[in-house]
Amino acid sequence: MTAEVLLQGIVSGLLMGLVYALIAAGLSLIFGLMEIVNFAHGEFLMVAMFTSYWAWALWRLDPLVSLPLTVCLLFVLGAATYWGLIRWILDAPMLAQIFATFGLAVFLRSAAQALWGVDFLVVKSPLAEGRISVGGLFLGLPQLVASVGSLAAFAGLHWFISRTETGLALQATAQDRQAASLMGIDTQRMFALGWGIGAACVGVAGALLSMFFYVFPEVGATFSLLAYVAVALGGFGNVPGTLVAGVVVGLVEVLGGLLIAPALKYAVVFAIYLVVVLWRPQGLFGRF
Amino acid sequence: MTTPLLDIEGVTKRFGGLVANREISFQVGRGELVGVIGPNGAGKSTLFDLLTGFLAPDAGHIRLDGVSIAGLRPDEISRRGVGRTFQKLKPFGGMTVLENVMVGAFQNTADPRQARAEAERALESVGLTDRAHAHARVLSTGQRKRLEMARALATRPRLLLLDEITGGVDQRGIPGLVELVRRLHADGTALIVIEHNMRVIMGISQRVVALHLGEVIAIGPPATVTSDARVIEAYLGRAYAG
Amino acid sequence: MRSRLGSVAAWVLLGAALAFPLVFTLPYPRDVMIRIFLYAMLATAWNVLAGYCGQISLGHAVFFGTGAYTSTLLLQQDWLGGWASPWVGMALGALLAALLSQIIGYPVFRLRGHYFAIATIAVGEIVQTIVINWDAVGGARGLFVPIKRPDSLANFQFHESKQTYYYIALALLVLAIGISRGIVRSRTGYYFRAIREDQDAAAALGIPVARYKQRAMAISAALTALGGTFYAQYVFFIDPESVLPLSLSILVCLVAVLGGVGTLWGPILGAAILVPLGEVTRVQFGGTGKALDLVIYGLLIMIVSVVQPGGIMALLQRGSRRS
Repeated sequence: MTAEVLLQGIVSGLLMGLVYALIAAGLSLIFGLMEIVNFAHGEFLMVAMFTSYWAWALWRLDPLVSLPLTVCLLFVLGAATYWGLIRWILDAPMLAQIFATFGLAVFLRSAAQALWGVDFLVVKSPLAEGRISVGGLFLGLPQLVASVGSLAAFAGLHWFISRTETGLALQATAQDRQAASLMGIDTQRMFALGWGIGAACVGVAGALLSMFFYVFPEVGATFSLLAYVAVALGGFGNVPGTLVAGVVVGLVEVLGGLLIAPALKYAVVFAIYLVVVLWRPQGLFGRF
Repeated sequence: MTTPLLDIEGVTKRFGGLVANREISFQVGRGELVGVIGPNGAGKSTLFDLLTGFLAPDAGHIRLDGVSIAGLRPDEISRRGVGRTFQKLKPFGGMTVLENVMVGAFQNTADPRQARAEAERALESVGLTDRAHAHARVLSTGQRKRLEMARALATRPRLLLLDEITGGVDQRGIPGLVELVRRLHADGTALIVIEHNMRVIMGISQRVVALHLGEVIAIGPPATVTSDARVIEAYLGRAYAG
Repeated sequence: MRSRLGSVAAWVLLGAALAFPLVFTLPYPRDVMIRIFLYAMLATAWNVLAGYCGQISLGHAVFFGTGAYTSTLLLQQDWLGGWASPWVGMALGALLAALLSQIIGYPVFRLRGHYFAIATIAVGEIVQTIVINWDAVGGARGLFVPIKRPDSLANFQFHESKQTYYYIALALLVLAIGISRGIVRSRTGYYFRAIREDQDAAAALGIPVARYKQRAMAISAALTALGGTFYAQYVFFIDPESVLPLSLSILVCLVAVLGGVGTLWGPILGAAILVPLGEVTRVQFGGTGKALDLVIYGLLIMIVSVVQPGGIMALLQRGSRRS
């Protein structure tokens, strides 16, 4: 284990961490709005990745080119999920809420499998290809683009939430649903918007990931678990917190794999989740 | 002089920069009924949470029958004979009224039949017998308050803490509740009652503790405390004090 | 009045269940029934923790796997020499599962709600990953149960016919239901339900909440492990994919949720619907059968959670109350 390998690992964990952060941000946004964990978040990611894949397979569109399409599609998917499913269970018992999005996850995953099989698909020769060398370290160009893109999307999200009127309305709804509606904010629309934006975040992440990651129906599973961990670490509902948390998850994954065993890297991530969430239930930055 | 049932000395609780309870000290004798008054934010519910183990004090002593109970879990304190109701009611919504009270009764027996009998007695004493098989979630506010009391009573507490039992109850219901509290007191249970309704406090308390901004500002018989200048100022502002 | 009708119905069903293999002698229908019994039993076990006590575990496969692996390893490795019997393995598996549940529960029960559910998923994933990478217990390749002939109850193996398996599965289900029913009527059952409804109010009434949650967990885990051993002795092969996956945890939940969480009959109803449904989709849709029955499961879960989270039992009760 040389210093170089370690450093390489750290950088790579950092880069992936930014992508995890974007995925987690969407999840955190939704939870902050209505205290519902979207157990289908990983499957939204899977849909985004498949969208990018098919845009390439059918029309030869590079994932970066089809990214706006993917984002729009995912936004619609998120808002439609709210309108068709979540709207009915806002005040239902927690069991019902957990199972509603769980059911959606199972449905999406197996529909993908039924439609496209279980094969691992890959986008060949994307625009961002190859490696670049920075100070002796090798960074894969797709990974670099993905992490920069994720960071940009994250910044965009943060700007939207804290600087635009709609974003502030969203925050107000998250903090106090009744007060917000008394002030004339249409909470139903806010919720649908929240779901749409949360899904759109995943849309960006999925489009970026499809440049270098295998695309298959089960791909959402691991990412969603990592996203839960990041959201819990950052504090449920705390969107800026997920940036740090996502990076932490990315680093733990890589370092766990390097220092303990590659096969156990996810186990290490989950173990860290358990440790953090027990020591500080509100996460590193949350306020319970 | 016998040991008081409850001895609170110098109890302090802070939440970050906010001091919710500061150096609270008073005693409750066996079978005594003490009223606690104070404007919102005075720290009354925090005090109840400290007494029943939902919070641990940062300083001070809380002794039940001479034995310290500070820092014990709520269920441990309950088993030592302290019962309570919650200001924000907590019925077991998915269970029937009778089943709710049986949960309390099970503290003193493991036999479902005995628990049932005890629960029926408790329901009778609060006047909810006719609603025994209704689900708790369909009860009105006044009925829920009675249910909470019955549930706590079924544990046969030596000290019962009642948190704002007249809150949200319409005028017609109040005399019945007051009568209920009087009967409990007559049976020998010690009571600490948080109340906003001054007439109720005057009518039932042997002594009153007045809290303001986390501190005790007056202790004594009801008439004395409610005419205390500091108490009047706390509730109504300086213009109304003598 | 209604409960007497319920008891009569129960006895009639039991009689029908006992007579079933005498009428249906082919292996296939018996196999379907065995799987219905197995899932109903697992869902009943899950129900003790999640339905009655309100702790939604999404990682229950861990205990199923513990049962399966314990009994199989015992047979394979011959640790206890002459005492290596699957029945001993079954008892040991249940004990180990109960123990494991206490270790898991101690940290995990400090969490509530969604945090708890996610933590159970995390635990399930960790355990599955560890077993996949642990060669001493077979790793990803899995373990074969040593075949012993002739068929015997002592060896818990029957190759000529499924009849004895059928009655064992039925017995396990009856055991699980019996335990479940006994709990509901006892102080423990009342305490479980109080914890489910409002933990703080429960504590204020003298209930040591953590202790009772652990108790629910232990009972649930032990019963689930019994099913794991049965599965191993029925299928003769186990691996992480078949006895430890998240999909198994989900399926067990679904059976209980569809039928009615927190009810005695719910798990049986749920299994009676889902197992044949799985068979129908598998037969109808051939190669993609596996994915399609999951598509239907997904839809079902969504519909149930939106329309009637109380499951079929709640629908039936609403119907009878109106009439």
